[in-house]
Amino acid sequence: MADTIAMEVARYQPGEDGAPTMARYDVPLRKDWVVLDGLNYIKDEIDGTVTFRWSCRMGICGSCGMTVNGEPKLTCATFLTDYAPGPVRVEPLANFPVIRDLVVDIDDFLDKLSEVKPWIVRDEAPLSAGEYLQTPEQLEEYRQYSMCINCMLCYSACPVYGLDPEFVGPAAIALAQRYNLDSRDEGAAERLDVLIHPEGLWACTFVGDCTRVCPKHVDPAGAIQRYKLTAALDTLKHYVLPRGGR
Amino acid sequence: MSVRQTATAVRGRYQPRISLWWWLTKPSYLLFVLRELSSVFIAWFIVFLLLFVRAVYQGEGQYERFLDFAANPFVVFVNLVALAFVLLHTVTWFVLTPQALPLHLRGRRVPGGLIIASQYVGWLVVSAFVFWLVVGW
Ligand code: SF4
Ligand code: FES
Repeated sequence: MADTIAMEVARYQPGEDGAPTMARYDVPLRKDWVVLDGLNYIKDEIDGTVTFRWSCRMGICGSCGMTVNGEPKLTCATFLTDYAPGPVRVEPLANFPVIRDLVVDIDDFLDKLSEVKPWIVRDEAPLSAGEYLQTPEQLEEYRQYSMCINCMLCYSACPVYGLDPEFVGPAAIALAQRYNLDSRDEGAAERLDVLIHPEGLWACTFVGDCTRVCPKHVDPAGAIQRYKLTAALDTLKHYVLPRGGR
Repeated sequence: MSVRQTATAVRGRYQPRISLWWWLTKPSYLLFVLRELSSVFIAWFIVFLLLFVRAVYQGEGQYERFLDFAANPFVVFVNLVALAFVLLHTVTWFVLTPQALPLHLRGRRVPGGLIIASQYVGWLVVSAFVFWLVVGW
């Protein structure tokens, strides 16, 4: 095994560069090093101005998402050796505006996330009424969707979001579904109102790449298709039983 | 909605543009576009079938004429391409079904492989029936 690997890193300085350019750095190639280790090596040893986000280094915080050789990846969970002999191309997540180097603007995602009310909606009973109990089977209904770490790799992989930034997008819809399927939640109708418009559920054409790139196996594409079915049945019910619907 | 400025309005941000050729950039995108395109060929097969049924209904002469039309090399070529796309359509949608339709049986999720397999069995049964109908054994 060679003892170094070339990393090509996208550099963009706001106000100075018109578009990102690629810079090349040689970093040690170690068996236990991930792409993020390579970036930290560059920052510590070669060029301290390289800018990127990270925190947990263990696939939990969701802040280290970048495009590695064209694929959205958590850089803390992507080994350099998988790309040997290199070079490894590291670019910011696609489909988001770039603030600087590898850092993207995530405001749009955060706005969309809060739109779908990703929390338990219900008329609260007094504390004295005790906890809301849930069986393991009820937990199983939504557990997969609750694994989302908001890393936005799915948005980066989604051509629908790339072409139409108004699209609510994979993770937000999967998280809406996470709460809809929670036996303690009563907010499904409110969320459906937010998601039943053309930029919501129905913008999804089931490309499925969100599911392929998701590091937590959330399967947002599956969540959206299930949601479409629920929405369609709901609309049908509305027509057939105008009084009893919803 | 939030009162924050939308990302695109912020100066200094680099706003990437998606290329018109985005669907050629990844195999998964290309497969998706081909799958979407396959619906055109599904529509063609339906039209072809309806023309066939109409010809049968209109009697011997029309039926013969339809057979001549169907034997035209260009029509044969179109139908072969259509067959390839229809197969792609069927197989890709079979693969996607468990994702869109998670079935539960006695409180347990039916494994995706089983759903896919049962679709193939269904396909086989229907095909055998059609074969029997047409060929007679
Ligand atoms: S659904 Fe998956 S890819 Fe999308 S934000 Fe959540 S964890 Fe990341
Ligand atoms: S650094 Fe937290 S997920 Fe990679």
